[in-house]
Parts: sequence; C-alpha cells; structure tokens
Amino acid sequence: MVTDTAPTDLVGRGNRDGAQLFRDWFASLTETAEEGGQSAYVFVMGSLNEILTTFDLPVVFPEINSLQTAVRRVAHEYLAEAEDYGYSPDICGYVKADVALQLRGGDHPMGKIPKPSIAVLTNACNTYIKWAEIWERMYKIPVVTIDIPGTREADGQTWSGNADFENDRSYVEAQLRELIPVCEKVTGKRFDIDKLRVVLGHANEMSVGWKRVLDLNKSRPSLFNALTDGTIFLGVANGFRGMPEGSRYFRDLVEEMEYKAAHGIGTLTEEQYRLLFAGVPCYPIFRRFNEMFTDSGGTFINSTYLWFASGGTNRGFEYDLAKPIESLAEGLLISVRDAMDSMFHHDRVLADMIRDYHVDGIIYHPIKSCRTVSTGLADGRRYLAKTHDVPSLFIESDMMDRRVVSEAQMKNRIDAFFEGLASRRRQATNS
Amino acid sequence: MNNRVFNEWRDVSLDEAMGACLDLTEDHTFPTVARWRDLGGKVVGHFQVYFPEEIVHAAGMLPVKMRGGPVEPTRAEAHFGSYLCSIIKTALEGALSGAIKLDLFVSHPICDAARNLAAIWGRNFDHPCQILYLPQNPNSAHSATYLRGEYDRMRRVVEEVAGRRIEDDDLRRSIAVFNENRRLMRELYDIKRESPWLVRAEEAYALVAVGGMIPREEHNDLLQFVLPQLRARTTKEEDRIRVVFEGGFCEQPPLDMIRMLGRSCYVVDDDLLIGLRWILEDVPTEGDPLLNLARAYIDGSSYSPVQHDLRKPKEKMLLERVAAARADAVIVAAAKMCEPGLEEQVCYTYALDERDIPYFVTEFEENMTSFEHLELQVETFLENLLFA
Repeated sequence: MVTDTAPTDLVGRGNRDGAQLFRDWFASLTETAEEGGQSAYVFVMGSLNEILTTFDLPVVFPEINSLQTAVRRVAHEYLAEAEDYGYSPDICGYVKADVALQLRGGDHPMGKIPKPSIAVLTNACNTYIKWAEIWERMYKIPVVTIDIPGTREADGQTWSGNADFENDRSYVEAQLRELIPVCEKVTGKRFDIDKLRVVLGHANEMSVGWKRVLDLNKSRPSLFNALTDGTIFLGVANGFRGMPEGSRYFRDLVEEMEYKAAHGIGTLTEEQYRLLFAGVPCYPIFRRFNEMFTDSGGTFINSTYLWFASGGTNRGFEYDLAKPIESLAEGLLISVRDAMDSMFHHDRVLADMIRDYHVDGIIYHPIKSCRTVSTGLADGRRYLAKTHDVPSLFIESDMMDRRVVSEAQMKNRIDAFFEGLASRRRQATNS
Repeated sequence: MNNRVFNEWRDVSLDEAMGACLDLTEDHTFPTVARWRDLGGKVVGHFQVYFPEEIVHAAGMLPVKMRGGPVEPTRAEAHFGSYLCSIIKTALEGALSGAIKLDLFVSHPICDAARNLAAIWGRNFDHPCQILYLPQNPNSAHSATYLRGEYDRMRRVVEEVAGRRIEDDDLRRSIAVFNENRRLMRELYDIKRESPWLVRAEEAYALVAVGGMIPREEHNDLLQFVLPQLRARTTKEEDRIRVVFEGGFCEQPPLDMIRMLGRSCYVVDDDLLIGLRWILEDVPTEGDPLLNLARAYIDGSSYSPVQHDLRKPKEKMLLERVAAARADAVIVAAAKMCEPGLEEQVCYTYALDERDIPYFVTEFEENMTSFEHLELQVETFLENLLFA
C-alpha cells in the first residue's frame, strides 16, 4: 500500500522513532531505578512480556543492556570488573557485563537499571539459566524458568493435533499458569485476563508487522539493512512487545517499507551484493563492521539474528484472544522453538532465504561469547556448501570482547571475499 | 554361547581385573561395542550427562555413554569453530573415524554447545540423531507428567530403531537391572568415602566408566566380583588430605590426571560421570515404569551445573557432598571452555570461602598429556593443608 505521506517524513522514520522509543525506554527504567520501583528481568527469546505487561511490570533485557555497553565502547570496563570478581574470560560477555552492572548498582551508559523483583526466562539459551541463577543468589528474587521443548531432530517439528506437540504445549501452559500467581505475589495485583487479551492483541499486531517487514526485504534493492536497521527494529520488537507503542511502531514501519518498495528506495545507492548474516553482530565495532561490507556494495538483506533474537516473532504467530492462556502457550512454544531452530538448524533457514531473497553470499560470524549460536555454524556451512552454490565467509570474533576482534584481519578477509564475488560475477557474465 | 563383550576381568586376580577395566576405559576404539555389534546387537550412543538407559536396554540394544576421550579430533575439527570444549569434538570424532558405529544418537540440551550436537550429527550421519528434552523446570508440578510423555516419545523412537516393541514389563525388568547397578555403584562410592585407601581414584573411576560401554548385567557381575575384594584389601590408611573433586559432570579429565590426584590425596567423592549415578534411589518396578523413571529423574536425583532446580542450589549441594564425605578440601575444576562449569566455579568458591573450606581451582582438557605443573600446584596446596 502506498500512502500519501510525504517521503521526507516517511523514509527513515523507523530508525528515528525506534531510537526515540529506545531512549524513552531507558529513561523510564532510570526513573524506575531511582524510585526503587519493581522490574522484571527477561530475555529476548521468550520474554513473557505478554504476562509481565499485564501486571504493569517494567521489563529489563540484560542482553540489550550488555550489547549497549559494547556499542558505546565501554564493554571492556564491565568485562574486566566481572573477571576480577571471578568470572572466566571464556564465558559469555553479556553475562559478565551484567554482573559488573549489578556490582555497580545498575549504572549503565544509557541510564540506571533497576534491580529485579522477579526474573523470568526460557531455556532457549542455557546461559539464560546460569545467568538467572546469579540474580537468584544476588537478590533472592523469584526466578521462574519457562521450559520450552525444542525440535527433536531436523525437520521434526510437530504441530497442533499431534500427541507429542500436545505434551509440549500442555507443559508450557502449566508453567504459564504457575507463573501467574508468582507475578500476583510479587506485584500484589490480581491477574486480569481481559487485560491480557488487550496485550495479546498488541503483540499480534507486532508479530504480523515483523513478519511483513522481513518479507518486504525481498525487494530489490533491499529496503533496510538487516544488521544495522534490523537491530533497531529488534530493540523495539523486544522492549515494546504487547504494548500499544510497539504495535503502532510496526504498523508505521510496514507503511514505510511498503512505500520504499513501491518507489524503489533502497539502503545503498548501488546495491551490488545481497548478503545473509548468520550469527550475532560484532557490537564492539558495530558501525565499522557493517561498513566493511557496504563499502564494497554489499548489504545484509536478512539474518538468522532477526529470527532468533526476536524470539521467533518472524513466524507471525497470532494469539487466539478467545483462549488467551492456551493460545499464549501454543504461540510461545511455536515461536521460541522456531528461534531455536534458526540457531541449531540454521542451514534450513538459510536455504529458504537463499531461495526467496536473491542471495549473493552468506557471512557466518561465530563469536566467542555465544556457543548457542556459534557451535554449529561451521558444520552448517559445510552442509550448505554441498547443497547450494552460494559463496560464504566465516569470520570469528565476539559481540562484546574487543580483545578477540581483529579489525585489520577481518577487513583483509572481507575484501578478499568481495574480490571473489566480483570474479565470480565476471565469470558468470562472460560464460 | 558366550554373548558377553567384556571377559578380560574374569578368572584373574583383583589387580588384573582392575588393569582390564583401566585398559578398557582408555581404549577409544570401543572394543566392547564392536563385539556387541559383531554379535548382531544394535547400539544407541547418548551424550552426557544423564539418559534413561533403561528404555534402550528394554529394547535389547546397548546404550553407550559418549564421553569423548583423549583423541585428536582431526576429522571433527573442521565441523566446529574456536572457543569450544573438547568433548563435543572428540565425541563426534569417534563416530566420524568409525571407531564407534551407532544406530541412534541422542543428545540433551545440557549446555549451549551440546544442544547443537543433534543437528550437527544429523547433517553428517544417516542414522537418527535426536534430542531428549529433559525438563529444565523440574520445579513445575507438571514436569513429571511432561517427562513421562517425552520418555514415551523416546520409547517410540527406540522401538523403531530396534524393530521391536518395548512393553512395560520389558521396562520393569530393565529398571530392576539398573537398580542393582546403581546400588553397586553406591557401594563403590561408600568405599571411597569410608576407606579411600582401599580403592585408588583411577580404579574407582574406571569401574564406573566401563559401565557406559558394556551391558549392565555384565557391569553388575563385574562390580559384584570386585567390591568384596576391594573391602578385603589390606592396604593401610595413610595420612592424606580427603578431597572432593567437582567439575567432571560432562567432559572427563584424563585418567592420568585422576591418577595424579589419587597419588596426592584421597578423592573421597566426586561428580565424575555423574550421569551414570544420577538416580540416587531404587526406581519402583511396580506401576507405570516411564512415570517412575520420570519421577526418579526429578525427585530422586543428584545435581550438576547443567540442571536448574530451585531445590538444589549447586553450592548447597556441593557443601552437602563435602560434609557427607568428611572432606577436608575441594578441587573445583572445570573443563576448558565449559561455560556451565566455569560459571559454577564462581559460586562454589564464594560458598567455600564463607565456610573456610580450602579449595584449589583448576581447568582441564581431556587431551592434556602433561601434568607436572598441575601436580606441583596440587601438592603444594595439599602440603599447605597437611602442615598447617
């Protein structure tokens, strides 16, 4: 749909509004911290924002706090503090930055982070579980793990109507029903199922919008950079899930992307190579990392990150408001399982993207900090190379720790990769 | 006809039997598994930590614990990036090299690295590669019901591979065999705690480890032969520090490292191969066998850094282990690049500090071959305690 809104207002609105929402969010967390208010610590894969927002609990995403320390180039200070406390250099940098943040009483480059009143997590990443155990020890708060069984073998997903699916779904539903009285006790508020319906409605609108935005980037030229712009969208998708601001943002974002698609407005003046990204961004040199690709005409059109770090919102699952708890359980199971699939069975996800997005190359970026995402990337790359004729580049670094980010070496390899792409294109043209 | 796969300990002295167990533990060509296959048997490999082996046993197949080993992962290395523990590579190496042939591989989402394994194996082998989703929320009132359903799913997977049905009575018979096995391993650990001078650290380790490579009936025979003879040993008690070793729940330290520790102190308890000793009490043989197994996993089990249970804070569990073993000190170990193990080291050391319990922190890797430096450090630590 093309609107009559003036392009000067429309193009770039998603980035501007996203950045503003982000600032507002951190300002509000700072206010909560200063007033000694309550908060819920959650994670991006299965945040349970739907339940927590129903109880008016502000959500804190420690993963986002941590990555912001890297983007703002102070992560090393936090990492060093946690390592001094006893944490190994070989564990997740997000965890360590958060430990240091807690030791500093919540001081963060974007404001002040409130202490948790409750932590809610899923098993989508095992480090979530170990991480929450740290808060449990520090603050003696309720820690609720929502255990979400994943796919048991490649292409082995089960769906509604299957007995194994029902076993998983009823387990998730039982845990959600157990979470509610814990939230009631923490907040002193009664659970309001009608309020949950409203929240789920907002989440539905966001899910539909997120899926649509990803689909729209099949356009040529691509409408947004999955690595840079996509990270802004992700922040809103996580921080404002189930809220009116979040659903409005994605409604607007769809409008912007549809306008750009209709008018052939892309992210680069001349898009030469359409790339997929598998892994987690290199936050210590976030902008520079991206420029190493865009300088050579490459742009990231999709990524597994936009799938798993949105907790599987890419599936566009819509809750049935007539059966809110049952449907939330089903949606959570399907979406978080999908997030896990895009990490463990990334070869399937990338194969689909290759088919749908006119892909010239794949960038694999395994990182020291995250074994969940990184462990299978080399093997998946080998597998995909046998089945698909798409060049790929494998570069290792980290999302937090600049000690293992070798920018010069990275650039050499990226330049060589683009030379290979150019040569390949010349050969194809000449043959 | 002799259908046994491990005969080397029979009709020999205790020391020779122990030697056979140590040899088998260090033999990463899996000779007993090969013999089982030569006899026409099928094999299910299960990755660390815990797996309900009774389900495989009830189908007449051999459950084998995939615990890696000190081998060079020359083939597996190309399938992984950096910053990863060794066991996930060496376990795959065993299969890629053909040292072990499986009919089914099962892994568990115990950690961020291992939960990738089923997908990696599935891309490289034709046999089924599955994840068994053990509950990470054992505090949910619904977790046993869920796990019963998950075990039933695994029963169907195993039935398909075995080509036969698994009846409840088959499971009950298997549970009885494993109950006896667990009782015997508890007895072995009683000896370690009560009179550690009667069994060397590496001997106790090997006696448990071979259980993951042979039919459990044979393992029961072996333990029934060995345990009375261990108690009858006339070795004298020495003035040594009593130590708990913590950190061997998944990747295993090399046998030489365990041997080295055993030379320096009495290792009176540990979490080595804890998955084989996970269930602490007999599983009922009456009623629904899968539900009984599920309840035992949730309510009657040990602990490890990769199971979250609000009832079992790890530092509390370690302190209980130390107290029960009347240990003087703890070796707080972790496999290199093992995230759960490294994270747990922090809470362990703070808890031990609070109680003034001495500890020694170290990291290990299954491919380590030189222990001089570590031995010097451990001996210095222990001497400080001995002569304090």
